[in-house]
Amino acid sequence: MNFIGIMEDEKKLAAFEAKIASGQKIEPKDWMPEAYRKQLIRMMSQHAHSEIVGMLPEGNWITRAPNLRRKAILLAKVQDEAGHGLYLYSATETLGIDRTELLDQLHTGKAKYSSIFNYPTLTWADIGAIGWLVDGAAIMNQTALARGSYGPYSRAMVRICKEESFHNRQGYEIMMHLAQGTPEQKAMAQDALNRWWWPSIMMLGPSDDQSPNSDQLMRWKVKMESNDAIRQRFIDRTVPQADFIGLSIPDKDLKFNEQTGHYEHGPINWEEFFEVIKGNGPCNAKRLKARNDADKKGRWVRDAAMAYAEKKKAKAA
Amino acid sequence: MTLQQAKFQYLLRLGDSSLIIGHRLSEWCGSGPILEEDIALINIALDFVGNATAFLGYAATVEGNGRTEDDLAYLRNEREFRNLLITEQPNGDYASTITRQFLYDVYTYYLYDALKSSKDETIAALATKSHKEITYHLRHTTEWMYRLGDGTAESHERMQNAMNDLWMFTGEMFDMDEVDQTLIKEGVAPDLNKIKEQWEAHVKPVIAEATLQIPSYNFKQKGSREGKHSEHLGFLLAEMQSVHRAFPDAKW
Ligand SMILES: [Fe+2]
Ligand SMILES: [Fe+2]
Ligand SMILES: [Fe+2]
Repeated sequence: MNFIGIMEDEKKLAAFEAKIASGQKIEPKDWMPEAYRKQLIRMMSQHAHSEIVGMLPEGNWITRAPNLRRKAILLAKVQDEAGHGLYLYSATETLGIDRTELLDQLHTGKAKYSSIFNYPTLTWADIGAIGWLVDGAAIMNQTALARGSYGPYSRAMVRICKEESFHNRQGYEIMMHLAQGTPEQKAMAQDALNRWWWPSIMMLGPSDDQSPNSDQLMRWKVKMESNDAIRQRFIDRTVPQADFIGLSIPDKDLKFNEQTGHYEHGPINWEEFFEVIKGNGPCNAKRLKARNDADKKGRWVRDAAMAYAEKKKAKAA
Repeated sequence: MTLQQAKFQYLLRLGDSSLIIGHRLSEWCGSGPILEEDIALINIALDFVGNATAFLGYAATVEGNGRTEDDLAYLRNEREFRNLLITEQPNGDYASTITRQFLYDVYTYYLYDALKSSKDETIAALATKSHKEITYHLRHTTEWMYRLGDGTAESHERMQNAMNDLWMFTGEMFDMDEVDQTLIKEGVAPDLNKIKEQWEAHVKPVIAEATLQIPSYNFKQKGSREGKHSEHLGFLLAEMQSVHRAFPDAKW
């Protein structure tokens, strides 16, 4: 790029940043720096992938839901998640990349999805724990992202958060029933909390000292809050909920600090987190294979749909 | 056979068929051929679970023994289920799932349309609600019949295989026994001979336009009216009922 080109871009960048600072949204047709576009594609597609990979551990219990009401609620929840995926893929496409390419990145392992879905759902109580903790943590993150600068993403977050609240409530309600149920049910609920607590804490991302927030992403309102700040809000909100239904958080160091008004938690096993991110979690291989198998198994269906559409077009012409 | 006994049996037929085909569709969760289809399949499964809950709930009321819809769904054994054989057939590939759904949707489209004017007001109200849902399901499955039947050579072959495998389960949909006779007399349920005519008049042109052939065999499977099922149902129920039965005193 020549000197004049650089000057032009600097002018555009200044206008772009001024627009964000004034609280306006950036829309698909607006000029944006390449780094902004790239970062958003990465975040939004990761989010979309998480929605559809998340269908797998929950889908695992639809056929075994313990009564008809729970079955219907779980189906409705998973349908929402699929809808979130679709909505987020469309929002990501506004940045000039198509769904097929995004899915390729997922299937080849190039793109990531939330680390949490690499843990297995072992009992029915895990469905409660996911709604309560995983959707709960996601809401903390997404209410922040709803204030972000990119119009399509921020609007998607507003819409999605409404449904996530229903997911969170149904999960907590499952846990409440279990905690107030038979001794076996209560044990099942406690076991699920024991297994899902730390992964839920970790899914909000590495601590701030391991992942220094770039000022630029904050200034561009791509990232709104630090991981630790979001994590703190999640813990502060969730611990009293556990107390209320008589379940205990599996952290012997957890204590309430009267001065700060916040809970302090024990050390997080980041080694485990980074192993899961690297692909070594209990279900990474299984989830990726399930997505790839579905993609392969569905190819002839998509081909047929395409061929039929072509035939119809040819006939109409 | 009393009217009450006949109604109970009839409601089990309706509720069980919805429950079982809904279960099959929900098995697709997360592995549909495209995200839009995942959403559609879950959505349709959800309609069926809702429909099953309503009809089994009414069955329990009619029975009057204090059982609930959950007792009926989760605590009956293979031989007590009254779902149509076609509803329990495994998903197979997408061609099988679509063909199964199409043959069944056309059936319920006309059956529920007739049930809308049942003399039993509860059945009439439930049928009216369900018929709206079925109309949407049928539109969806019909579109896929065309796409897959008249898509590629591979999809066509898969669809023809599915049709060959599933056609034998359509005959018993129209079998009538004392339950039907009792209810027809009281204006509660329709004559299935009439539904059969409507069903044939509907499926034949769609199958033809999808460039598929109706199998030439005349052999038809039957048995669901007496709870004689295929071997598939036992496994399906074992899975569906496992948690509920493992915790007999639990509430969820
Ligand atoms: Fe929904
Ligand atoms: Fe979601
Ligand atoms: Fe959710």
